[in-house]
Amino acid sequence: MAMKKTLDKGSKSGVKPKKKRWSKDDTELFLLSAPTLLWFLIFSYMPMFGIIIAFKVYKLAPGGHGFLYNLLHSEWAGFGNFSYFFTSNSFTMLLRNTILYNIAFIIISASVAVGGALMLSSMRNKRGSKVYQTMMFLPYFMSWVVVSYFVYALLTPERGYVNGIITALGGERIMWYQESKYWPFILIFLNTWKGMGYGMVLYLASITGIDPSLYEAAVMDGATKSQQARHITLPAIKPVFIMMLILDCGKIFNSDFGLFYQVTGRVPASLYTTVSTFDTYIFNAIQSTAPIGQTAAASFFQAICSCGTILLANWIVSKLDNENRII
Amino acid sequence: MAKIEKSGQSLNQIKTSTNLVFNFVFLILAVMCVIPLLFVFSISISDEESLRVNGYQLIPQVFSSSAYVFLWNERTTIIRAAFMSVMVTVVGTCISVALNTSMGYVVSRRSFKLKQIYTWLIFIPMVFNGGMLASYVVVNNILNLRNSIWALILPLACSAFSVTICRTFFRTTVPDSIIESAKIDGAGQFRIWSQIVLPISKPVMATIGMFAAFGYWNDWFQASLYIQDVNLQTLQSLLNNIQKNIEYIANNPYGGLSLQQYKSSMPTESVRMAIAIVIIVPIACTYPFFQKYFISGLTIGSVKE
Repeated sequence: MAMKKTLDKGSKSGVKPKKKRWSKDDTELFLLSAPTLLWFLIFSYMPMFGIIIAFKVYKLAPGGHGFLYNLLHSEWAGFGNFSYFFTSNSFTMLLRNTILYNIAFIIISASVAVGGALMLSSMRNKRGSKVYQTMMFLPYFMSWVVVSYFVYALLTPERGYVNGIITALGGERIMWYQESKYWPFILIFLNTWKGMGYGMVLYLASITGIDPSLYEAAVMDGATKSQQARHITLPAIKPVFIMMLILDCGKIFNSDFGLFYQVTGRVPASLYTTVSTFDTYIFNAIQSTAPIGQTAAASFFQAICSCGTILLANWIVSKLDNENRII
Repeated sequence: MAKIEKSGQSLNQIKTSTNLVFNFVFLILAVMCVIPLLFVFSISISDEESLRVNGYQLIPQVFSSSAYVFLWNERTTIIRAAFMSVMVTVVGTCISVALNTSMGYVVSRRSFKLKQIYTWLIFIPMVFNGGMLASYVVVNNILNLRNSIWALILPLACSAFSVTICRTFFRTTVPDSIIESAKIDGAGQFRIWSQIVLPISKPVMATIGMFAAFGYWNDWFQASLYIQDVNLQTLQSLLNNIQKNIEYIANNPYGGLSLQQYKSSMPTESVRMAIAIVIIVPIACTYPFFQKYFISGLTIGSVKE
């Protein structure tokens, strides 16, 4: 792997010889890193052992012991929890929603961000461009709870701004929170709206880093605007684009929980099959009395799939273009 | 083809008409991003009765400061929640910067014996995590942090991503010679980190700190999982809980009290929008100044070695 190679290179070119004893320096560095090390062990590695929960039928053992005691003394369930989850009515619906929403999000957000960055970079009034960038960055800093208030102000049936406009134009009021057909569009719109400022500025940063003499040479050779974009600008933003793509693919089984849960008004029954994703399903299961083993199976399935997709995306990129893989 | 002007700068320029179209497009997009704030603000200064009759208006028909007066009268709740938000943000950001930069510094040392193990230790969580439920079980059942401020702070304090940003920054900008000479002068690694490396690494501390601070200020998810005690509510969870109660009533209209009784005990819409404004204003006033650190964070982090 690329990382391993650079590691070896690093230690060879290091000042000290490779075969060295454990020094006072190492002890000090270890102590300095100890709090963070502990954090990683507790908050990153301990949950990985949560896999055990998915294979158990968790029961409270008599005698008021702690969680771990109960867990270890619960019966093994084999793959029972998983098969329960896979055969439940919700599974295909959750899988479909999570993946389709993510694919739509990735395609639309990336196009808007790249397109916007190309447009911003070619604008003449730089100060105006800065003002637009700052304004478009605002939604990125709003939490989904706050955004759900924005959406509520727009869509609440009796008083909302959108229905106000519709009735003023002579139309019928729409019960937004009960009509599932509109929600895919609303969710895709909101996701794009919240992320576009960040995406555009990110790509813009790599466009402004391009050597202007490349464009001069292209113009001398008679390249049109679109040729310049295709042969200079787009190749320059490719590394960032691929990095974002791999990271997004790694999240294809995850969903932005706040978007699907808060904005829809906690997934009302009327929207259940349209806006439920793995995350809303697991969150609701945590809050309910559903057996913890089944929830763990769903949660673990999601984690395994995420890991698989990020490695797969990286592998595909490394086959196509070894320079740009991230791992 | 675009008209070529003489100066090199303008070679890459577009036609005036295209420029106008672009300006128009971005004007619309920019307004779309900012206008919901005005909607919310406008509702917060509207008279409740006129809202009921006319619906929401961009410019309120009857102005009223009653929402803010109500917030002022209920200031113990609001101030307590604001205090919790500030407290979580400040303490969390300090802890987060300390944890991320110290680990980033340690893994940036090429001579460190355990460096290879550490690199993998930080890399693995980037591709694999135990999932939402397992994290919940760790915080709730094993650490027993339910209804504790630490449940809001600790789970978000560190990330492999931030550590990587720090490591890359230290490797590329802090010269080894400074650290070597400090070592010769007898400084320990802790002193080198706190008194030499950190003072010359303000940009990366700002980036990590900003990510952490906005993350903590905007967090409602941890609170909704772990906090039931109303005394520990942050502003975000206060807003979240109000909405949750209102939706609960809307979905369970016959649950005990009558709808009217419930509705009258709930804050009015203008009050809820006013609380949202209290959350938004500090962010809206500060983000233009910190915006650049968010971008530099990603660009630093994506530099490969």
